[in-house]
This record gives sequence, structure tokens and C-alpha cells, in this order.
Amino acid sequence: MPLGPRPAVSMDVPPYGLSGTLYGALLNHQSALQALGETINHPPYQRAPQAPVLYLKPRNTLAACGEPVTVPPGVAELEIGATLGLVIGRSACRLSEERALEHLAGYLIVNDVSIPHQPYYRPSIRFKARDGFCPLGPRVVPRAAIANPDSLTLRVYLDGELKQTATTAQLVRPVAKLLADVTDFMTLSPGDVLAVGVAAPAPRARAGQVARIEIDALGRLENPFVDSAA
Amino acid sequence: MKLARVACAGAIHAAQPQQLSDGRAGVRLTDGRTLAEDEVVWLPPLEVGTILALGLNYAARAKELAFGKEVEPLVFLKGPGTLLGHRGVTRRPAGVKFMHYECELAVVIGRSARGVRRSEALEHVAGYCIANDYAIRDYLENWYRPNLRVKNRDGATVLGPWLVDASDIPDPANLGLRTYVNGKLTQQGNTRDMSSDVPALIEYLSSFMTLTAGDVILTGTPEGAVNVEVGDEVVCEIEGLGRLQNTIAGDALFGR
Repeated sequence: MPLGPRPAVSMDVPPYGLSGTLYGALLNHQSALQALGETINHPPYQRAPQAPVLYLKPRNTLAACGEPVTVPPGVAELEIGATLGLVIGRSACRLSEERALEHLAGYLIVNDVSIPHQPYYRPSIRFKARDGFCPLGPRVVPRAAIANPDSLTLRVYLDGELKQTATTAQLVRPVAKLLADVTDFMTLSPGDVLAVGVAAPAPRARAGQVARIEIDALGRLENPFVDSAA
Repeated sequence: MKLARVACAGAIHAAQPQQLSDGRAGVRLTDGRTLAEDEVVWLPPLEVGTILALGLNYAARAKELAFGKEVEPLVFLKGPGTLLGHRGVTRRPAGVKFMHYECELAVVIGRSARGVRRSEALEHVAGYCIANDYAIRDYLENWYRPNLRVKNRDGATVLGPWLVDASDIPDPANLGLRTYVNGKLTQQGNTRDMSSDVPALIEYLSSFMTLTAGDVILTGTPEGAVNVEVGDEVVCEIEGLGRLQNTIAGDALFGR
């Protein structure tokens, strides 16, 4: 499996470590679609997405709890993309909704950091694929510890102040449905992470601030945002 | 040197090209065994890290897709599950209208690259392979193009057969590419027609992300990508890198 460093995320259930591959679903939180309003039906988009809209955060982006996120030169603020990460436990291909959750090892918090950008037609990967732009952790919480992944509350704090509250109860495709639709055309492997989607509007952080994401029962993921000259 | 990774008799081996005594193409495993091409299972020639792929990177191809010259290279990312070895089988789902191959020069990073200038970029290259990066255009949507349902399907990115040392390819900007479907030439181009050449791509990517040994850049395809059907045999050739063969199969083979 992918070579090179992987973030220090403790995981006490098989496969005992992340693979280093992280997929994310875009526009999978109802608020994210609503934020686009009528523009969805106009060029260049023409209509709302039909299949899951997915992206990858490559291995250079993955970072552990506590690691600094560098704000690039010329960029004022970064978006904090707080989301739930599903950690694959066993090879997942063509899952049924009914049995999808059985393929999970557990869950963790993901911060999908982006440089704010529009439009979403064909954005450059330089907005999302920069080094350290995907803190995750602090640990993988085993599947059995979460009764219902579709009813978790997420909270984002900046320097201790609450900036966003969201819930996984408002996903366009709930967890099992998302797993079923994604694995219809691509297999997810043990240790892969699938992030379920960020709520809008995502809060923004400047250099010098500390972002903390909390999800019920998953703990807290805290990372300082620093200036590129620091 | 050309190196493949093959499975044979219960293990995974490194293999080099070796002509058999009867004249057929074969491989020689590092333990000395010599086998015909079809007596081994070909795997992607390396453990791949991040896969970066270029859209519209040939002037003529961009014209074909009705775009002007791209200002910034158009890059998307792919996951490891989409990779497939030489002689592998790729699924064409029932009911799709337009599934096409894309013969591409694949650049394998050999040494970490961050903030690398164009003049030093090729020092970070370990070698090259052929990639055939299939797309199913029926699934194209206008959100974060090209979406993974088009470009990141299981077994739809064939890579190989060999990882060819960079030292054997002195000029990656002058390699002929050809694709044959059932023996008929359907695509022809040359890497000199790339909009962003290999050094430019390494300079661009390493300006915002660290490239690590094992990362692979698929550099885009020239014009001539045509529809393929179930049963078709697709062969992609790149000068100095060999020929990469693959077959299209229907749903039945995959239990659908």
C-alpha cells in the first residue's frame, strides 16, 4: 500500500492503521447544496449532482491532531471543512445499504481544509491538495461505539469560540447510502477513509488561530493555523 | 533497465524482458526462471503513491474538446484501486455509450520534490511507464470535473508493463504514442505536443505540494480517443516503453 509517512492516528481495531487514501464527498450536506441556491440549475452546472461527487486528499495532505496548517502566502483565510470520516475495515465493493456499515472499522474526525474557491465546475487541486491540508484523528473510534452515524453533532471552534454546529442527520446521502453508491464503481480498501461531506457555510481560519472540531463520541481534533513565514 | 512486477507460482517477483528460445516475448524472474508473457500475472510495475492525472494536456486534444489553451494545467487525482496490470481486463458497464481509452506517458517520481524548478525537475524522475486511463463519458457531470465515476473506476487505469529507468529515456518530450484497437491504429501522437511538458508539470505540482517517490503523473492523451466495445483488445505503445495490452469485458465477467 502507499508508501511514505502516514499521520499518527491511533486505531485499536483491524486494520490497525490508515492506508493513506482519503476520499471525500462534496455537496453531500443539504446545507452545502442549499448554499448554492438556484445557481445549481444554471451553467456551468445545469443541474444538481446525480451521482456522488467525490475528490481525493492525497497523502501529502494528511496530518495528525496538533500539527500546524500553513496558510499559503497571499491567502487571507482557509476554510475549515469539518466532517465525519468513515474508516473502512474490510474490502468494500458493491455494498448493499443494509450491510454497508458492517464494512466499517470505525469513525474519525476529518478537517478537509481548502483555500476558498468558486466555481465548483473544475477547481484546481491546488485549493485542496496542499501539504498538511487534511488533519484527521485524534483516533479511530470503533464502529460498535457509535449507535447511529447519521445522528452525530459536529462543532467547530476557533480560539475556543463556537463558529459552526452541524449534524450528520442532514446528509444528502446518509452514511449507508453513500457507501452503497460509491462502492458501486470503486472498491474501498481496509484503512481507506471516506469523508461524508462538509456543511455550509464552513467557518474560516486565519494564521494565528486554532481550530478545534468536536464530534459526539469521537473526541476533538485541534490544529493551529500558521503563517507561511512562521 | 525495464522492470515489471509479476505474480507467478505463488509469489510476486521482479521481472525483466527476456526473449524465449522459440522467439516469443517473455520475462526472466530475478530467481532465474524464464516464462512466456502469458504464464505470469502482470501487476502495476510499482507500489504507487499519489496518482495525478492531466486533462486536456495536448493542444489537439484540447481543440477536440472545444477548449482554448489552458492557462493552468488541469490536474485531477485518482486512487490506487483504479490501477490494473498489463494484460488485465477492464469492465464496460452495460448501457454506456462512450467509453474510451487514453494512452498516456506515466512519469514516476523517484525523489521528493517541493518547490523544484523546471531546470532540475527531471532529476526527480525515477522512470516512465505506459498508462491507459479509461473514461466513461456517460457519467460526466459538471461538478468537480472529471468526477471519479468517470475516471476512478476499479481496474480502469492500466499501468505498465515496465517501469523503464529515466536514464534510458533521455528525452521524454519526443516519444511517439500509438493506440491500436483489435490491431487497427486509432490514436497517434507525440509527447512533444504536450501543452505542459514533464518538467513544467513537476515544477507546477511541486509549487504547492510535495511529490514523493512512488507518486505517478499521468500526462494526458493526444487526440484520437474512440469508443471501445466488449471484447476489444486495446494496445497502447510508447516509444522505448513497450506495449501495454488490455481487454474490455462486459458485466457478466464481474458477476453483474
